[in-house]
Amino acid sequence: MTHYLDKDLFTQVQKKPTRDAFGLATSAMGETDDRIVVLTADVSGSVRANWFADKFPDRFYNMGISEQNMVAVAAGMAREGLLPYVSTFGVFITGRCYDQVRVLLAYSNTNVKLVATHTGVTVGEDGVTHQMLEDVALMQTLPRMRVIVPCDTREAVKALTAVKEMEGPFYIRLGRQSAPLVTSEEAPFEIGKSLMLQDGEDVTVIANGVLVYEALMAAQILAEENISVRVLNMHTVKPLDHEALMAAALETGAFVTAEEHQCLGGLGSAVSVWSTQNKPVPVEMVGMKDQFGQSGKADELLDYYHLRAVDIAQAVRKVLKRK
Amino acid sequence: MTNPDSRTLRVLKEKAHTLRVDCVRMVHQAKSGHIGGSLGLADIFAALFFKILQHDPSNPDWEGRDRFVLSNGHVAPILYASMAHTGYFPVEELMTLRKLNSRLQGHPSRTNLPGIEISTGSLGHGLGVAVGMALAARQKKASHRVYCSIGDGESQEGSIWEAALSAGHHQLDNLTVFMDRNFIQIDGNTEDILTMEPMADKWKAFRWHVIEANGNDFDDIFKAFDMAQNYKGKPSIILFRTKLGFPVSFMDGVSKWHGTPPKDEEAEKALQEIEAYYQGGNKA
Repeated sequence: MTHYLDKDLFTQVQKKPTRDAFGLATSAMGETDDRIVVLTADVSGSVRANWFADKFPDRFYNMGISEQNMVAVAAGMAREGLLPYVSTFGVFITGRCYDQVRVLLAYSNTNVKLVATHTGVTVGEDGVTHQMLEDVALMQTLPRMRVIVPCDTREAVKALTAVKEMEGPFYIRLGRQSAPLVTSEEAPFEIGKSLMLQDGEDVTVIANGVLVYEALMAAQILAEENISVRVLNMHTVKPLDHEALMAAALETGAFVTAEEHQCLGGLGSAVSVWSTQNKPVPVEMVGMKDQFGQSGKADELLDYYHLRAVDIAQAVRKVLKRK
Repeated sequence: MTNPDSRTLRVLKEKAHTLRVDCVRMVHQAKSGHIGGSLGLADIFAALFFKILQHDPSNPDWEGRDRFVLSNGHVAPILYASMAHTGYFPVEELMTLRKLNSRLQGHPSRTNLPGIEISTGSLGHGLGVAVGMALAARQKKASHRVYCSIGDGESQEGSIWEAALSAGHHQLDNLTVFMDRNFIQIDGNTEDILTMEPMADKWKAFRWHVIEANGNDFDDIFKAFDMAQNYKGKPSIILFRTKLGFPVSFMDGVSKWHGTPPKDEEAEKALQEIEAYYQGGNKA
């Protein structure tokens, strides 16, 4: 499975913002599918919607700073057979528009793809109002809504392309900052099917988003202590990959989850709920512990809130004692 | 569309009467639901569903249909009665309103009932959806129109004004919105709770073509829809002056009848007054 990983990952890490994927994927898909329309709310450049707008001005809608209306308009367009990809910052697209997303997308079962950028603490200096850490919680509890958290730009392009083929609402979570390219071009992507990036026997680290890279680095640290770590890239939080979790529970007997999101309501919660109902194993969580972020540089914030490889390694040592 | 001849007018008055009777029966049997707005809108809905809308109740997804969005979803009884009597589903089903496993949910549900364009009930959502449909129609170069019903109390929601800005900006003249301007919301008079006047000026300022009409007068109703359909370059809104519970005297201006179901004797009295109104010259 090493061919799933970027060839330079352990030597010279390349970085790219996952938000670039929105511009890349929509402007590529727009060539062959004229149902695709892109909507944004005065953040064209930030979410890379301008890449689509430059190629397809007739199918681009800048709705102004009115996110609730943007979501409602997208629902109306979807009812008419168009395929709206809607993008703005994570706080607004989920938090501000929650009621519209709930009623007009999930309950009404409309074919709208929500794409959030600027999620997590790594948004950085703008601080709490712009650091969305509860979006996965909000979205995964909505019936019919499916939730994807890609780990890098390559995977995000594949996710944005894959959701085009599935009817109904999706939430795809991207980030603002440059993140390591973890996966290779050849790595497969299937909605609801996690990617095992490294096999191991003692414990499974289940990560998504930018924490996948940290999980792989944690596995390297732990290898030196003769701890064998399986790393699962759980890009789809909903529906969860039950099969991979069952195999991991049976074969490694302990879980550590890692995400740039509140543990409560995020990937950690989803995995824990699965485990208690299917195959109880000890679970430790790396993520935000019921706390807001603050202003700072992305890297400083990852350190400060203990979202690093060393923190995942520490959680692994802790969970092994509970096995 | 032309103004109705006397025969059509007679038919529409009979339809409006039937819709009103069914609304009272539906809400009465359900012991819950919104009767006041439903009755006040009966004439407009009769005109809309039996004459104005281009639709095919036997084929709810017909591509060429006019789209209709009920943004003030709580007046679902008048929508359901209109749909049943135009043939979307059997009239007997009306009496399942708000019951377990009914297709007639308390507020319209798209995934339950064919012919509902989008689920509504959370106020302030529908107008934005209608704007999306109108933009899509323009993009697809389709010639159907989009109609949207909103409430006056509902228009206290900010999302209504976001949608209004948007429709004005895009000059959506394929969109006709009508407001049930009865001045009543759950807690009382709209002007006491959160002043909405000058209502017409607000919409004009948002670049809309504004029409004011009596929502319980068929001549006025048809004239208003006709003006809206023929206006180019701006979306149109018809501010329909209506009376809560019309023509039931004891409901007029009483906010409790926004969302309270009638007790047995109240339902009886309401039906008597509705019958008297119909017989008293409104049979035409």
